[in-house]
Amino acid sequence: MLDDFFTRAIIAGIGVALVAGPLGCFIVWRRLAYFGDTLSHAALLGVALAFLFEVNITLAVFCVSACVSIALLLLQKRATLSADALLGLLAHSALALGLVVLAFMTWVRMDLMGFLFGDILAVSKTDIAVIWLGGALVLAVLAAIWRPLFAATVNRELAEAEGMNPDRANIVFMLLMAAVIAISMKIVGVLLITAMLIIPAAAARRFASGPEQMAILAAVIGAVAVVGGLFGSLEWDTPAGPSIVVAALGLFSLSLLPAISRNAQTSDGPAKIADNRGKGNRP
Amino acid sequence: MLKKSAALVTLGDAGIHRSGRWLVRGVTFAIDAGEIVTLIGPNGSGKSTTAKMALGILPPDEGSVLRRPGLKVSYVPQKLAVDWTMPLTVSRFMRLTGEVGKGEAEAAMASTGVVQLANAEVRNLSGGEFQRVMLARAIARKPDLLVLDEPVQGVDFSGEVALYDLIRRIRDEIHCGILLISHDLHVVMAATDRVICLNGHVCCSGTPTKVASSPEYKALFGARAASTLAVYEHHHDHTHLADGRVEHSDGTITDHCHPEDGHHHEDHHHDGHSHGGRRDA
Repeated sequence: MLDDFFTRAIIAGIGVALVAGPLGCFIVWRRLAYFGDTLSHAALLGVALAFLFEVNITLAVFCVSACVSIALLLLQKRATLSADALLGLLAHSALALGLVVLAFMTWVRMDLMGFLFGDILAVSKTDIAVIWLGGALVLAVLAAIWRPLFAATVNRELAEAEGMNPDRANIVFMLLMAAVIAISMKIVGVLLITAMLIIPAAAARRFASGPEQMAILAAVIGAVAVVGGLFGSLEWDTPAGPSIVVAALGLFSLSLLPAISRNAQTSDGPAKIADNRGKGNRP
Repeated sequence: MLKKSAALVTLGDAGIHRSGRWLVRGVTFAIDAGEIVTLIGPNGSGKSTTAKMALGILPPDEGSVLRRPGLKVSYVPQKLAVDWTMPLTVSRFMRLTGEVGKGEAEAAMASTGVVQLANAEVRNLSGGEFQRVMLARAIARKPDLLVLDEPVQGVDFSGEVALYDLIRRIRDEIHCGILLISHDLHVVMAATDRVICLNGHVCCSGTPTKVASSPEYKALFGARAASTLAVYEHHHDHTHLADGRVEHSDGTITDHCHPEDGHHHEDHHHDGHSHGGRRDA
């Protein structure tokens, strides 16, 4: 039943989920959902440029995403527009530019849908190597900058005052985001990458009592969504990328069920007592 | 613990310029190990800005800020909002910027009276509880320099007195320098070695006893009964105009006020004219 391409898809998908989960936690904590969207929309421009200059697609997507991140940093420092307006500007300009550049290259026959929604069933052994090696590198760097990045997420000035160098951690984080988008684009596609970042993290939130725990749970939930989504897609002949996102959504919905979240809350009993002490208005 | 005699942090004529005006300017002071320095002043007078310069969060646009190399700093910011999406317990928060031993963390939490909250989620704490947790975190790091921006906000009055007692005890125990920002000189007084009054620049500074024995100080605390804000309304010898320039008591107008421009009087000695126009900070 498990055809070779299907096994490859599962291995690749799990690899992406393991990396997207922990990074997605920061996206959720820092309210950067739109930032993830912007980078992934810019990825299409990366694809177009890769065709134009005949370079590796993953590399081109990483470079374009990294450039967009840096552009955002610079624009935020000097421009008078708000961050969300800047993100919208960058996201859709990059997406439109990508589509225009692609239209000019009439000699290129490419499957646009494949880039928009992913083509996980077509991953090669090389793709798997890129995903797992790149993913391991991303996770290693994330672990190295974890404390300063988390401290800066709680409060930038406090992190800065106590010698955490938050600006460096932020720039490294943006590069990691660009890397994750580059390696996961093939799995879920440009339009759905943000979902892989956010939904597992959001589902993990209910069960986690600490940031590190939430990161690990998000990775696990993402992996479960990949497996569930792929089997669902095989069973009902639905597109793979969207099916994975739908499976993640299902897991998130499960986390909202009162019975499950009550269990999650009783599992950290002392915290609950202290919570009630703090807030004083819980039943 | 013995420390080098060099000052922990030294500000020399430092100032911060933002969108066409000086938030604070001409700030000169140093903090030594084992010394408590308190910044007071009205809203928008540059207290927090000055503290951020001392911490290195804001590089000065003029003047200099020197920190002793390898200085270990703890900072309790004025505002810290923990996003509700972040699962963060008090005990994890204690280790936010560096590893802290379990015993040290517990001792610090016990000293601020929050040890029973160790497993509570930070976002569920009340304002006063969170303030005590932030102070505990700062203490547990055993810093060389402790910067506290309004550390008792949200804490009830009896707790407030106890916290200032604690701050003094911390200084005695770990012999750190403390930079304290407060709008309530009254309570801070006993614990402070030196008071610096800011209003966009250093208006006056001195030891609290010196300040306390001065007629200005008595006038200040006599006026306090009339209004809780009265503490700020001690008399200054010049007025900050809306455009950032300064009108002095003799009617002259200058771009800014520096002690050496001759319009200022010695130390915390004020006279005559009340502070008419406040800057729109």
